[in-house]
Amino acid sequence: MASHVLLIEDEPNIAEAIRFILSRDGWQVSTMTDGIGAAEAVRAARHDLVILDLMLPSCSGLEVLEAIRADPATEAVPVLMLTAKGQGRDREAAERAGVSRFMTKPFSNAEILASVRELVAR
Amino acid sequence: MPFNILVLSCLAYVAFLFLVAFLAERRAAMGRIGWLRSPMIYTLSLSIYCTAWTFYGAVGYAARSGLEFVTIYLGPTLVFVGWWLLLRKLVVIGRQQRVTSIADLISSRFGKSNLLGVVVTLLAVVAATPYIALQLQSVTLSFGVFASETPEGWALPDRDSTAIWVAGGLALFTILFGTRNLDAKEQHHGVVLAIAVEAVVKLVALLAVGIFVVWGLAGGPAEMIERIDASSIADWDLQPGRWAGLIFVSGAAVICLPRMFQVMIVEDGEERHMARASWAFPLYLLLMSLFIVPIAVMGLERMPAGSNPDMFMLTLPLAEGQGTLAMLAFLGGFSSATSMVIVESIALATMVSNHVVMPIWLKLRPKAAMSGDVRRIVILSRRLAIVAVLTLGYMYYRLSGGSAALAAIGLIAFVGVAQVLPVLIGGLYWRGATRMGAVAGLVTGFAVWAYTLYLPSFGPGAALSVAVFEQGLGGIGWLRPQALFGVEGMDPLLHALFWSMVLNTVAFCGVSLFTFPGPVERMQGAAFVNVFDAEASGPQGWARGRAEPEALLVMTQRILGKEAALAVFAAEARGQGKDGYLPDATPDFVAGLERRLAGSVGAATAHAMISQIVGRATVSVEDLMAVANETAQIMEYSAELESQREELTRTARQLREANEKLTQLSVQKDAFLSQISHELRTPMTSIRAFSEILTEGDLPPEMVANYGRIIHEEAIRLTRLLDDLLDLSVLENGSVQLNLSLANIQQLIDRALASAGHTRPERVFEIHRDLPSENLFVRTDADRLVQVFINLISNARKYCDAEAPELKITVRQRAGRVSVDFVDNGSGIPKQSQGIIFEKFARLTDQTRAGGAGLGLAICREVMANLGGTIGYLPGQGGAAFRVTLPLRLEQQAA
Repeated sequence: MASHVLLIEDEPNIAEAIRFILSRDGWQVSTMTDGIGAAEAVRAARHDLVILDLMLPSCSGLEVLEAIRADPATEAVPVLMLTAKGQGRDREAAERAGVSRFMTKPFSNAEILASVRELVAR
Repeated sequence: MPFNILVLSCLAYVAFLFLVAFLAERRAAMGRIGWLRSPMIYTLSLSIYCTAWTFYGAVGYAARSGLEFVTIYLGPTLVFVGWWLLLRKLVVIGRQQRVTSIADLISSRFGKSNLLGVVVTLLAVVAATPYIALQLQSVTLSFGVFASETPEGWALPDRDSTAIWVAGGLALFTILFGTRNLDAKEQHHGVVLAIAVEAVVKLVALLAVGIFVVWGLAGGPAEMIERIDASSIADWDLQPGRWAGLIFVSGAAVICLPRMFQVMIVEDGEERHMARASWAFPLYLLLMSLFIVPIAVMGLERMPAGSNPDMFMLTLPLAEGQGTLAMLAFLGGFSSATSMVIVESIALATMVSNHVVMPIWLKLRPKAAMSGDVRRIVILSRRLAIVAVLTLGYMYYRLSGGSAALAAIGLIAFVGVAQVLPVLIGGLYWRGATRMGAVAGLVTGFAVWAYTLYLPSFGPGAALSVAVFEQGLGGIGWLRPQALFGVEGMDPLLHALFWSMVLNTVAFCGVSLFTFPGPVERMQGAAFVNVFDAEASGPQGWARGRAEPEALLVMTQRILGKEAALAVFAAEARGQGKDGYLPDATPDFVAGLERRLAGSVGAATAHAMISQIVGRATVSVEDLMAVANETAQIMEYSAELESQREELTRTARQLREANEKLTQLSVQKDAFLSQISHELRTPMTSIRAFSEILTEGDLPPEMVANYGRIIHEEAIRLTRLLDDLLDLSVLENGSVQLNLSLANIQQLIDRALASAGHTRPERVFEIHRDLPSENLFVRTDADRLVQVFINLISNARKYCDAEAPELKITVRQRAGRVSVDFVDNGSGIPKQSQGIIFEKFARLTDQTRAGGAGLGLAICREVMANLGGTIGYLPGQGGAAFRVTLPLRLEQQAA
């Protein structure tokens, strides 16, 4: 059974790119354009990985991460965080919140694919 | 006895006195004062009361008026026996206030009034002049006695020049020992010891002559008494009025005479010395008067009729062939005269220089007060004053003819100085006495004395015309000098004494009651009147009602500042249920005030200041005023520092604010850079990801086309973002090049609508316009204005959420400005966001619908600023509403 990835990204083009890359590698990808309800979705669907954009329209990626980590049912789910801001401060905050990996946009396709494989295999 | 020998022995005696004075000065200079200030020296120095008048004149007085001369001794005796009544207070005050003369005492009591100092000085100089003349006369007469060597022919052919020599010699001695140096307390140990020696000499001389008369001439006390009974002196009548008057005036004189004040208060001023003198000095006076009557009786009996009884002291021994005894008597008389003149002229010179010369000099040359020259000037002025005093005495001697009876002259002076008494006593015992009252009393008494006694003493036709004597001043009968207010037949001396003292006292009290003392006067009054309460009572709580609230207020103001002091006093007054700001000085209030003052000036000073006002004085008011003024200066200085500190605080606050602003700007800059990073990286991410996917190949053609379109879109987005950033940067720097031309608003809106139609072309937008009102020509940069219009119309197309979107464009012209409103029928911009929509990257909703970078309105704002116009959000218009205003004619800005 293919591993299930939840992609939360508000930029449709980027979401499409990531979805294409992962689907081609055999992953099952669900997408959300907003962080609202994301934690509940993870809890319900038992995703194997969450790819989370830091800057989301309604609530920030950090809040979503904290919600996932606060719930015992989802706290162990690996979270890959993406950001276009690329500031050290954001990385630190994400790490404090328990992020599994932090990546700065833009990234190469091989890079994100390797990261997803590594995080789910673990 | 040869006249030369007399002159020689006289000189030798003076030389001896010099030596005594010199040694004493040296001893004192080495700090070995010891017995130089002892009760005995003090008592002996008091003996300058017994001048040549007493020495020679008492005998003459007795020969003329019997026992009446005793009054001259009785007055001082009563004053000294009752010393604790008045003298003790004078001594304590003199010490506390560092009084230098009687003029200083009066001036000090009435608020350091210089006017009073001058008045008392003038009075003292005028009253002392006949007295000094009297001494010159007696010495000249005594020389004359020896010169003629015959009892009858006592007149010296050239007596005027003798008087000049005597006056000059006395001036020299006084200058040498009275003005050798300046002492803060005006003490002259050399002079005091010299006059003590002279006191012994005159007592010994008088006793020697008396013993010779009683035992040598009369043959014993019993025989002497028989002779006295037989003589005319025994026939004297007691005139009670005159006796009382004379006792009073001599008692007043012993207090008020400048020379007595000098030795009694200034030179020594110790209570225990005075306690001894209270019996020793009357004893001295008793000894001095013991043989007066015998000598007078024997003189009248033995000396030829017509010989001057004032000279019996000399002529009697000479007639009996007792040359040595006569010589001793001469030295006794000489001592009496010289000691009086020396001390009197020192006292007067101090007064003249302190109250007349120095104030004038300091007024003329205010800067000199800072230099060391003052001491030199003081000494010089003292010396000149001594010379002037003796010159005046000499002139009086010449003018009065030198023939009047010694006792009469002495009494004139006594009545003159007695004019100070009412003011002195009033000042010591009556808080209500004021400066103006003192001036009025002194001037009145002085004038009455001069008019009724002093000027007439020169004789009718000399100072006052005969007409004035007989018809009164200006022909007014009741102004006759010796019958004031029509009171006739009174003894001239008593008449003058009575009227001068009565009018003096009435003027003093009357004016005092109708004038109000100043603050310093009040404080000095308290210090003087309550001088003993200060020393007697213990250190615990303040007695009720002692302190004058005004005085406390003045002092408090000097320490706390005016407002603060008034506030404290007003609060206390309110607490006591009184209006105004003068509460009762209750012990609690005074104690509280002391604590409050202690906070400003320290406990010791505060206590000293309060005690000064409450009446327990240990420091002079002047010191305290100086302290208070210093404190005020320090407060002023610290207030200055305080204001400087406040300024520093202000500057620091401004710096802090500037720093906060900079920090904020820095944060904004970081946020801006972060935003730019995000806006650049987002399209880059898509471009990179899809270009990699396309490169790998193996895709169906429709996906290739789709992904290629995405890459193209994102590339355009990137370009637009870079364009916007560049545009914004140019606009913000103000380096934008405007292209001014005349343009029609209607055409511009047409252009903008056409361009904005590309934004979400699928939406049908209804546009409402009023074309005639748009037909306006403006001079502006048309392309830039169209850019703003496009932005606003595009935003409406993007964000208007109405089912049937509408946009209303309204143009108005008013006062040289044009406004263009763009109002849509959507839900508008939430109130909390209205303030930030013109900021960079202030995109409110997600960009999927917008597609912009959030720089549009920021650019609009900059454009309008460059066009001399504005852009703003209009709240409450139903939908999103923007208003653009711009000038009708924009002038090209210089550079």
